[in-house]
Amino acid sequence: MDIKTILLLIPLLPLIGSAIAGLLRHPIGRSGAHTVTILAVASSFGLSAWVAWQVFMTDWEVLNYTVYKWAVVDGIELEVGFLIDSLTALMMVVVTFVSFMVHVYTIGYMKDDPGYQRFFAYINLFTFAMLMLVMANNFLQLFFGWEAVGLVSYLLIGFWFKKESAVRANLKAFLVNRGGDFGLLLGVAAVLMYMGSLDYAEVFAAAPTVAGQTMTVFGGVEWSVMTFICICLFIGAMGKSAQVPLHVWLPDSMEGPTPISALIHAATMVTAGIFMVARLSPMYELSTTALSFILIIGAITALFMGLIGIVQNDIKRVVAYSTLSQLGYMTVALGASAYSVAIFHLMTHAFFKALLFLAAGSVIIAMHHKQDMREMGGLGRIMPITAVTAWVGSLALIGFPFFSGFFSKDIIIESVKQIDRTGASFAVFAVYAGVVVTALYTFRMLYLTFHGKPRADEEMLSHAHESPWVVTLPLVLLAIPSLLVGYFTVEPLLFGGALSDAIYIDPANDPVAAVGSHFHGPAAFALHGFVTPVFWLAMLGVGLSTWIYLFQPSVAENVKRRFHWLWTVLDRKYGFDEFYQNIVTGGGLKLAGFLSRRGDRMIIDGWIVHGSARLVGAVAARVRGVQTGFLYHYAFAMIIGLVALVFAFVLLKG
Amino acid sequence: MIVSELQLALPEIFIAAMACVVLIADLFVSDERRGLTHSLALLVLAFAGIITLRLMMPVGETVTAFSETFVRDRFGDILKLFAYLVLIGVFVYAKHFLRMAGLYKGEFYSLSLFALLGVMIMISASSLLTVYLGLELLALSSYALVALNRDSARGAEAAMKYFILGSLASGILLFGMSLIYGATGSLALSEIAGALGQAASGDALLAFGLVFLVVGIAFKLGAVPFHMWLPDVYHGAPVAVTLLIASLPKIGYLALAIRLLADGMGPMHEDWQAMLAVLAALSLVLGNVVAIAQSNIKRMLAYSTISHVGFILLGLLAASPAGYAAATFYTLVYALMSAGAFAMIILLSANGIEAENLDDFKGLNARSPWFALMMLMLMFSLAGIPVFVGFFAKWQVIAAAIDAGFTGLAILAVVTAVIGAFYYLRVVKLMYFDEPENTTPVTAPFDFQTVLSINGLAMLGLGLFSGGLISLCISAFS
Amino acid sequence: MLTLAHFLTLGAILFSIGVAGIFLNRKNIIILLMSIELMLLAVNMNFIAFSRFLDNMDGQIFVFFILTVAAAEAAIGLAILVVLFRNRQTINVEDIEELRG
Repeated sequence: MDIKTILLLIPLLPLIGSAIAGLLRHPIGRSGAHTVTILAVASSFGLSAWVAWQVFMTDWEVLNYTVYKWAVVDGIELEVGFLIDSLTALMMVVVTFVSFMVHVYTIGYMKDDPGYQRFFAYINLFTFAMLMLVMANNFLQLFFGWEAVGLVSYLLIGFWFKKESAVRANLKAFLVNRGGDFGLLLGVAAVLMYMGSLDYAEVFAAAPTVAGQTMTVFGGVEWSVMTFICICLFIGAMGKSAQVPLHVWLPDSMEGPTPISALIHAATMVTAGIFMVARLSPMYELSTTALSFILIIGAITALFMGLIGIVQNDIKRVVAYSTLSQLGYMTVALGASAYSVAIFHLMTHAFFKALLFLAAGSVIIAMHHKQDMREMGGLGRIMPITAVTAWVGSLALIGFPFFSGFFSKDIIIESVKQIDRTGASFAVFAVYAGVVVTALYTFRMLYLTFHGKPRADEEMLSHAHESPWVVTLPLVLLAIPSLLVGYFTVEPLLFGGALSDAIYIDPANDPVAAVGSHFHGPAAFALHGFVTPVFWLAMLGVGLSTWIYLFQPSVAENVKRRFHWLWTVLDRKYGFDEFYQNIVTGGGLKLAGFLSRRGDRMIIDGWIVHGSARLVGAVAARVRGVQTGFLYHYAFAMIIGLVALVFAFVLLKG
Repeated sequence: MIVSELQLALPEIFIAAMACVVLIADLFVSDERRGLTHSLALLVLAFAGIITLRLMMPVGETVTAFSETFVRDRFGDILKLFAYLVLIGVFVYAKHFLRMAGLYKGEFYSLSLFALLGVMIMISASSLLTVYLGLELLALSSYALVALNRDSARGAEAAMKYFILGSLASGILLFGMSLIYGATGSLALSEIAGALGQAASGDALLAFGLVFLVVGIAFKLGAVPFHMWLPDVYHGAPVAVTLLIASLPKIGYLALAIRLLADGMGPMHEDWQAMLAVLAALSLVLGNVVAIAQSNIKRMLAYSTISHVGFILLGLLAASPAGYAAATFYTLVYALMSAGAFAMIILLSANGIEAENLDDFKGLNARSPWFALMMLMLMFSLAGIPVFVGFFAKWQVIAAAIDAGFTGLAILAVVTAVIGAFYYLRVVKLMYFDEPENTTPVTAPFDFQTVLSINGLAMLGLGLFSGGLISLCISAFS
Repeated sequence: MLTLAHFLTLGAILFSIGVAGIFLNRKNIIILLMSIELMLLAVNMNFIAFSRFLDNMDGQIFVFFILTVAAAEAAIGLAILVVLFRNRQTINVEDIEELRG
């Protein structure tokens, strides 16, 4: 097989698997469905790994080619194409590996669910869509993949569609993402308008010529074209990667089954926005304004979403807010021009966050689908494998030296310190403070779940046991990269130039290179990590939560009472939901209510919609009556038609 | 000389001979072994396909034979190949139904092959005489096919209506031909076009003749107000025959319209463009609106046909190569879509009782998710939802009409298509959201299921890969 | 002297009678078949007249074909009529209106 066939097979296998599992769900049955889909995604992973090996370990020429030309509209080529470079290869491996793990895990998690085959069909379809997104060589395919992963995400959030909250969450995700997608679409349209192409390579080549141009958006304000495009595209990324203020859908999406939370809402789909900005680095490098915007949004998300995590009681929601916060870190790295570091954190985060979600899921299985941490505690003895792997994930999350998260997070912080642009000092503060917060909520979750006195009732505990191997195996397999992947990849990826064929950074202003000048191998870096302020800030968070949640649970209550206003603010999540509910939706609803009473029911419903439906119906019934069934009427109609045509075209013209 | 001319008409000669062979051979086949006739008919089509492919005309080349009554060009060859393809599908679909209904007889095959011969002659006609002969061969075979079930009062009624109105239309068309012959002194289409180029415009004979021709074509296609036979015939004929007359003849009638109007009456295009515009507008509106009021799916599809005819006319009235290519593309796609949709009715029919009510589609997803998906694709494609091939077909004709300056008509087409989407989506709603009234599993022979699956998937496949078929249609007119 | 116009007028009149017969007659289907024949004959009249006055043989050849096809058409029409009568026991035009709407 040549390389192009292999590349084509990588996304197509999951698509085929999805079609088989979805359409033939009765004939192949439950075991057939998971065999087919897992086989598909496993082969896809194997091939991706091989491709990644070729890309990173051999002399690889960047592959950029058209797979299929769909149509040409006014000289714009709409096509499916692949761009295979280091960034793509890395993303392919991450996506297929996490997806593979999640598939295996799902066998255990969903084993009693009636929608078993449908579920496998969806996650396989998701893998396909995500692969198309990362392998794209043009904006159109990016947009297609973007919408397709979004679609599967809605389908999966609403998977338990009989559950009221799931349906609401589903709707919320849909609406918020529409907002983001609007930005993306606007951005893509602007790209097409100013650069005349949708192909990445052509757009990048044209970008410098566009950089100086300005455009007038609303009433006389001059915008740099590049800034406009970059911010529009980033708004799309904010929707998908759940950045403030478009983050509200992600915590609610936890209504979906846990494997989905792990696969889509932690490891892969939400990173699409990060991936896109990194992929488009040659454009973003031309607009410092856009980068500052990104930096500030990321910093806000990183700090403030982490704070909410401290007051959550639902185990999955804690992990969800942690995801928001970590996505904030990645965004900060993007804003600091440290694209490769953002991708690096994306990769390590994919592993340890998928691990944490699956561990949480394992706990949820043991607790019979109860998710409230106040009713847990002391589970560490009952389910040791889950507990140990959750510890590994947590240490990676807080950035404990030698764990993979340490390398990525520490270098993000170092890179932000190097950069000098609007918002940088705020970002530095946010990432430092975020470290304390991360440690605090992470260890709170560990202690409340696995340690301390069991708070669940006797009956629950007597039934609780370690999950089956299909659940724990993925945990172990994900724990390994969570522990090791950072150590082995930090040097080649960030400082060895492995991503340099995909990512462009203005050499005059390269924070990663600046950090690299102080880097002397991963071991030295990790050892040095023990004496940095970052480490001690993390230890401060760990110490605080150990003291409060392990030894003095009353302190938490005291603090809560003393700083009740603060607790309320956090518990209400800064009122974003209320804001959207009352101002945006509420105001809209009030206006809508008014319009509905006055305009809609009377004019639109009464006259236009019902009226036109009734009109069409009435006309249809009337015209139907013309078809009387009598031959001579039919013949007469023909003659009338003939005579009318003769009159109109012969006699009148004559 | 004569030998090479015969070679040009080899596919027609082959089909004519083999239709007779099928007719006679079937006499020696017992009822239990009717499969032999079926296989023979399929074999004939496959061979005809090979012959036509081997003799395929290169792009832009045209050869005439038999004193300019017969023409071979790429357009004709493409249409003929599609005609074979459609008829193969029809045979496979029809067999299942004919068996159930006790109508599995050899006549169906020989009559269908004669109808195909009529279509082919129409496609290759380059003289009013051959146009007429092809048309009548197709029409007479169709009348007989509609009455295939001799014990059905509805079938007989439909056949009678079809016959009387069809003969009336033939008479009108012939009358138009006689006037054009009188005005130009020739029956050959190319000579007519040449004579028209020199004739003084405003010749009353020509103007009359053109109106009569357009009426004849409009009747055959089923354009409003000459459409009234269509719902009754679709409804009354056995569904296997409806399947045939809803797909194969459309290809021939498209050729009829292009040969007569573009090749013959080309210099008078301004006149017939305006006439077609009126007919197209009426068809679009009436077809889509009345389809909403139907509860019988055969009638619903009949009215949907009328609206699709409006779209085909929209492509034709552009009177440009792009417009003809768009109309050709639309017709080919439509033939596939409607064949698939009628095949779905056969699929749901049990014991020879046609599943002709919309309610029969209720809850299909619960009974057979795969075929519900196939029907969904067919309905989406008929409704013209993007990505499915029906969308590209609509897009092409609308673009052609806009290029020709018929913007208002194009807008009307879009609006009526939106209204029309309602009744297609209603079928989807019935399949997916309603409880089945009948929970017996859906069964059909393997060949039927295979062809129907290919047909359904083609809606998506041709949509994703629409470029190939479109450029094939464009090559027919360059 | 008979001119072309005379023949054409005759043709047109015959054709109109045929057409009128189709939609005015509400009784017997056989009269419809006769009307159709009449229309075809009117067309034949036109063709022959043109052929004669244009001094061109093509029209007369066309007439032979029309005659042949008309015979086949009548045969099929009568066959359908027989089928209809067997099923309905009537050949009244007003009685065939089951299919409508």
